[in-house]
Amino acid sequence: MAGYWEKKYECAPLHEMKALQSFRLSQTVRRVYENVPHYRKRMDEAGVKPEDITSVKDLYKLPFTYKQDLRDTYPYGLFAVGMDKVVRLHASSGTTGKQIVVGYTENDITVWKDCCARALAAAGCTNEDFMHVSYGYGLFTGGLGMHYGAEHLGMTVIPVSVGNTKRQITIIQDFGSTAICATPSYMLHLAETMEEMGISKDDIKLKVGILGAEPWTEEMRQQIQEKTGIKAYDIYGLSEIIGPGVAFECSEQTGMHINEDHFIPEIIDPDTGEVLPDGVQGELVFTCITKEAFPLIRYRTRDIAMLKREKCSCGRTLVKMMKPAGRSDDMLIIRGVNVFPSQVESVLLQLGNTSPYYQLIVDRVNNTDTLEIQVEISPEMFSDTVKSIETQEKVIKDAVESTLGIAATIKLVEPKTLQRFEGKAVRVIDKRKK
Amino acid sequence: MFVKQISIFVENKPGRLMSVTKVLKEGNIDIKALSIADTKDFGILRIIVNDTQKALEILKKADCTVTTTDVIAAGVEDKPGGVADMMQALYENQISVEYMYAFAKKIEEKKAFAILRLDNNEKALKVLADNGIKLLSAEDITTL
Repeated sequence: MAGYWEKKYECAPLHEMKALQSFRLSQTVRRVYENVPHYRKRMDEAGVKPEDITSVKDLYKLPFTYKQDLRDTYPYGLFAVGMDKVVRLHASSGTTGKQIVVGYTENDITVWKDCCARALAAAGCTNEDFMHVSYGYGLFTGGLGMHYGAEHLGMTVIPVSVGNTKRQITIIQDFGSTAICATPSYMLHLAETMEEMGISKDDIKLKVGILGAEPWTEEMRQQIQEKTGIKAYDIYGLSEIIGPGVAFECSEQTGMHINEDHFIPEIIDPDTGEVLPDGVQGELVFTCITKEAFPLIRYRTRDIAMLKREKCSCGRTLVKMMKPAGRSDDMLIIRGVNVFPSQVESVLLQLGNTSPYYQLIVDRVNNTDTLEIQVEISPEMFSDTVKSIETQEKVIKDAVESTLGIAATIKLVEPKTLQRFEGKAVRVIDKRKK
Repeated sequence: MFVKQISIFVENKPGRLMSVTKVLKEGNIDIKALSIADTKDFGILRIIVNDTQKALEILKKADCTVTTTDVIAAGVEDKPGGVADMMQALYENQISVEYMYAFAKKIEEKKAFAILRLDNNEKALKVLADNGIKLLSAEDITTL
């Protein structure tokens, strides 16, 4: 049976958890009201005072925070401490090329490490394991988040980051990796490259994978488990809340336990904002109640999920969220990276001589997500030589890649063949969806 | 002495070449020479026509992406080495060729011949014959 990292919280009786949440929530609300002009303004507008929030039952009184608020206050407008207390920044991509910056105090990093360590312990990892981290390191929270969590648990961490798949497999073999963090699609790609290299699952010591940062299906889990012999666990998180470790799967593999002593979840109707009961699907909303630097209040994740509070065979009492079934807006996750169609639009507009009509075709080839961007050719781009057109295609490709952070292929199409903005334009064709 | 060439962007999808050339047909445009540059996703149809202004107008009206380029129409001796001699002259003068293609030659009165590269030659032979299109044999070519 996989172990606990902080049993006191992971297995707390419901009334104790609610009391803890209520205490932490009221303190957080008081703090953001005093330190963050944005929250004070919003609460004043809604006629809510910090003293009105004394229990989790009062949560619904608070105004929502939207992704747009993060953009409007970019970069540090929602920080609740002085920058002298901030020890780390991370960023995630946003629409129109503007990213979102999140910050952490030393204590926030400790909270994050604990959250990730809980996930790893729940997956059966101990200080005797070797953790191969295949998530990207850098502004993306995946790599460093899991790295710190694994070290915190006492694992031997191998910070491989992304790329060079054959070398990754050699490292898994030679270093004796027993656990791995990766996106599910990359895990499958690793499995297939192993096959090509003639390496079987018996030649490696991997026994567990903590996979996340993109939606995946139960079928994909089965495939990964069969091909690699590992047990594959889902992990959920988003940079705005903390990064990986907001919720994690236990040995039961039937939904993810939310670290609700740090992040209070709610499910709401995305159209009306009304709070929905457990067991009903809706938009997932989080309130951070321990974060110091960047405590979001009722943050609309745009992830669709369902909450379930029932006795779990693992012994944890933490509420479970059922896998996000989709996003409530148009954000795509491609190879673990957030992509908004409007980012492509802004790149095309910035380049000047390209047309702003485009369509994204997302697919999964050999278990790796692919992105093709179809762009209508403009008279300015066109030439009688192939060379000149291909040079311009390359300019678009480079600009798109540097904005999105992932590779894309560019396909030029004839004018007026892509759907126009009138009505609801289909800008994205996601062939990965069943 | 320059000649205006029209280039047309043609996406690689079935029927596209047909619809572009149909636009020219409906405008009663006579194609005097043509070539296609092909890439994985698109092609460039380059043509010399009898009425460039009119051709441009109707192509733009049909939402085609077009551009014009000055090219040179050079006549070479119709004998072995005719092209080689011209290439040698250009090379010796440091002139590079971007691309080239042949003019449709009047082999018979009121007929111009094009070389077609097709993916199903057997079937094409039948289809072309059924449509009364005269085909030249390898022997015909050698005896031109």
